[in-house]
Amino acid sequence: MTAQAALIRRDIRIAVRVGGGALIGVLFFLTVVVLMPFAVGPDLALLTRLGPAILWLGALLASLLTLDRLFMADHEDGSLDLIVMSRTPLELACATKALAHWMAAGLPLIVATPVLGLLLNLDTRSTAAVALTLLAGTPSLTFTGMIGAALAVTLHRGGLLLAVLVLPLSIPVLIFGVAASQAAISGLSFGAPFSILCALSLVSFVVGPFAAAASLRHGLD
Amino acid sequence: MRVWGRGVGCVRGGREVFSRLHFEAASGQALAVTGPNGSGKTSLLRLIAGLLIPATGSIALEGGETELTLPEQAHYLGHRDALKPALSVVENLAFWRDFIGGEAGDTNKSLAAVGLDHAAHLPAAYLSAGQRRRLSLARLLAVKRPIWLLDEPAAALDTAGQSLFAGLMGDHLASGGLIIAATHGPLGIAAKELRIGGAS
Amino acid sequence: MTLIDLANPSKFLSLTARVLPWLAAVTAIVLAIGLYQSATAPDDYQQGATVKIMFVHVPNAWLSMLVWGVMSLAALGTLVWRHPLADVAAKAAAPIGAAFTFLALVTGSLWGRPMWGTYWEWDARLTSVLILFLMYLGLIALWRAVEDPSRAARAAAVLTLVGAINLPIIKFSVDWWNTLHQPASVMRLGGPTLDRAFLVPLLMMAAAFSLLFVTLLLAAMRNEILRRRLRSLQMMQARAFSSEVDAGSREKTVPFGAA
Repeated sequence: MTAQAALIRRDIRIAVRVGGGALIGVLFFLTVVVLMPFAVGPDLALLTRLGPAILWLGALLASLLTLDRLFMADHEDGSLDLIVMSRTPLELACATKALAHWMAAGLPLIVATPVLGLLLNLDTRSTAAVALTLLAGTPSLTFTGMIGAALAVTLHRGGLLLAVLVLPLSIPVLIFGVAASQAAISGLSFGAPFSILCALSLVSFVVGPFAAAASLRHGLD
Repeated sequence: MRVWGRGVGCVRGGREVFSRLHFEAASGQALAVTGPNGSGKTSLLRLIAGLLIPATGSIALEGGETELTLPEQAHYLGHRDALKPALSVVENLAFWRDFIGGEAGDTNKSLAAVGLDHAAHLPAAYLSAGQRRRLSLARLLAVKRPIWLLDEPAAALDTAGQSLFAGLMGDHLASGGLIIAATHGPLGIAAKELRIGGAS
Repeated sequence: MTLIDLANPSKFLSLTARVLPWLAAVTAIVLAIGLYQSATAPDDYQQGATVKIMFVHVPNAWLSMLVWGVMSLAALGTLVWRHPLADVAAKAAAPIGAAFTFLALVTGSLWGRPMWGTYWEWDARLTSVLILFLMYLGLIALWRAVEDPSRAARAAAVLTLVGAINLPIIKFSVDWWNTLHQPASVMRLGGPTLDRAFLVPLLMMAAAFSLLFVTLLLAAMRNEILRRRLRSLQMMQARAFSSEVDAGSREKTVPFGAA
């Protein structure tokens, strides 16, 4: 466990100190949400109706686009070689890195949700519903996106290619995340979509690390 | 403990780098891999480290801990220093000590051994190239692993650093360690030579 | 004391050390007077006591733009005259400007609450301030993302000037977007038709907040200069070892502005 704790501590320290990761993710989230009213108009009733969907889209883009450098930075400075050679299985190391990334970049998005809910005129109940579904769903986005981040190392590309690879994979999470928050707001059955959302997260915890590790093993050169 | 390779071949990007390579090194021995640029010295080290897969032949470890694979008992010192500029010198070292696994030593002693103890709490970003290399060397001391795979270990080191490092390698061999190093110049210790590629 | 003298960070430090306590005292006094006048100002016959939020909101909104102007001047100083204190001033001003902008947003939304029934309305003015706030945050993120201060300074200077050119365009676009979707804004603060009873406290508060900005800016610039000196000293300390071997081969690092 000390190895995993050390990795989490390191990644979070870097994310906090370099002023990149966490803050820029939240700023991106805020910007995406602020852009929406300019596209659909400043009609508060409409924004309230679209609110959960806008927040989910913003959080999805923010959590996937910050994943870009998850493995790339370690690859460029040679750290990845040592991680592969460590006595921690690569799958576990990948899962740990994804967890650290979610803690540094995913959690701040959820913390920022109430403020953004205010901009979209969501009431307390709706904001809580969106925050709860984001809490259940963003880990899945991180663990799915990790596969793309690992492929980016293999392919020596990042940025938009990563987004194109990973965004289709995140569609189920988006569907059930928005469905669960809408259900909670309108008083429909919240349990079913929320359970499926949690199940999607659990599946990604299993698939993500193995796919990422396999991709990284073949990407080394 | 013995590391050997039989008929090892390496193909990179469709090009055969070397083939039918035999080598062997035992505890207390150093193997210096020499050859012109592009002859595949780095590739050979990465094959042994398990970071590349040999196209033909096999590489194996005899002796050592049976539970662990060859890469898990080896230190790899590559061209890149595996340092994070945002972390302090001691944070960088402590992370690798805690993470890679193996008998952990004292970070302060390791830093003192490579002459970096005065900078322990400064960001690694402030180090010069030679100091970064010294910090990488401290990693070999902070975690005990019997096999050292070194790629141009003397690069960027000043003369004092080179003789310091020769001393560290001597200690490692004396305690039953094994060193395989790719090098252009003299290593500073007695070593078998493995010459690959090219007639020059 | 000429501008050339001020360009020297050491002179700047010693001068501001003498000026700052007085400046802080004057700020506190003017702010106290302003707050007292605001508190004793009469309630508005339509808006009641909420009109008093204006005494905080308007100076903050005013400063949110003024600070960007100051940063633009500093950006010119960085790019054109390469003034050694310009990027220090620009870096120190950004978080202060962001704070004023944030206060303008919060007070604006509190003021709007009884009008609109919600904390936020996509009103043209507030929306423009929100965009300005986002630009401040982006600028701060840029400063933090680049480790080397002089490289960050040039990037931030370009962004600041581009922002200064773009801000009026953004403001115009947002106004147009807003009138397209709904009738003219309900929010009318300030303006020349203000009664004297409101105007005096408002001007006093504007003066107080401007003084507060100057005080905070000078203090933050001092911090930034000291932080850079610390960085240089740490770099020197990192390079200091084994000086008997190759002291000559190392580049010499001089603490920022100490020469």
